[in-house]
Amino acid sequence: MEIFENFIDKNGLIVGFLVIGVLAFLSEVFSKKVLKGYLPGSAIAILAGLILAYFGGVITNGEKGLSDLPFLKGVGAFGGSMFRDFTIVATAMGASYLTMKKAGWLGLVSLLFGIVFFFVFGVALAYIWGIRDAASLCTIGAGSCTYIVGPVTGAALGASSEVIALSIAIGVLKAILVTILTPLLAKKIGLNNPAAAMAFGGLMGTNSGVSAGLAATDPALVPYGAVTATFYTGLGCLLCPSIFYLVLDFFL
Amino acid sequence: MIIYGVAILAFSYLTGQLCGEYLGQFLGVKANVGGVGFAMIILLLCKEWLQKKGWLDTEFEKGVDFWNKMYIPVIIAMSASQNVKVAVSSGFLAVLVGVVPVVAAFFTLPYLIKLSQK
Repeated sequence: MEIFENFIDKNGLIVGFLVIGVLAFLSEVFSKKVLKGYLPGSAIAILAGLILAYFGGVITNGEKGLSDLPFLKGVGAFGGSMFRDFTIVATAMGASYLTMKKAGWLGLVSLLFGIVFFFVFGVALAYIWGIRDAASLCTIGAGSCTYIVGPVTGAALGASSEVIALSIAIGVLKAILVTILTPLLAKKIGLNNPAAAMAFGGLMGTNSGVSAGLAATDPALVPYGAVTATFYTGLGCLLCPSIFYLVLDFFL
Repeated sequence: MIIYGVAILAFSYLTGQLCGEYLGQFLGVKANVGGVGFAMIILLLCKEWLQKKGWLDTEFEKGVDFWNKMYIPVIIAMSASQNVKVAVSSGFLAVLVGVVPVVAAFFTLPYLIKLSQK
């Protein structure tokens, strides 16, 4: 048994390839046979991944879903930010530079609008809930941008650890929701062309949510959504603990 | 050779991400600002340059295309490593702030696109 455990541990990433391959295959079969193609196989696989991540969290009490199980550590490496960003960059090969440039200002507008929109919405809901101190409100508002902006802002403003944990949970929830809702709502909201995908990436901003959601909708749109979404977290970390905090403090 | 394609992709990725790191530091932010975006633009420029030189062959493109196609599996692995438990079980305020703005934003997108077309 020990030999086997060491073996799995040594070859974690390869185990990850195998596990995800099997998961993708089963999802494809489920999509074709049971759902008759109503939802694409990739959407099912992503959803299945999220459900498995929930059980992984329940079993291990860890923070990284399925990959907290010792023999599935490789899944975490495979789905980590390095591979995610590397493969996103590779999708640019199929994108057109001219299209990106043409829709550039729409991307920029939606980026700024998206950060303000989520921050204000998050702060307003927390205010209605009864939270009144500026640092906590700001951290929660930042959390509704992304799960990185939340804790970065919270740490900068000296928010309590409960509030920081809350902001992370809000950001993770956003990422999951964007993942699930994008393929379902894409048609209805006109998300079917590169320019719309750039606006979408800027508006939603959550890197993992946008990239997973677009992947399940139409892989050709991924680079356009990713090119704007990639600026969101950084800009959010810049604006939330500084200008937004000062404005918020002024009003309270 | 396939490795040339992978190497150009790696070059674009590293240069872009490094730009993002430095931009973040320059702005005084503890995060990478636009690294992936810079990397994508660098890759596109490299591609155009190689095309003009006539050095872009199918083997080369295969090196990048493999990673392009690995994108969805990576996303599946990423979903499987999310902290879903904490998101589901962190109380009503988290659900409220996590869900309501997202749903609202989805229905804002058509107006944002329409506005841009004027």
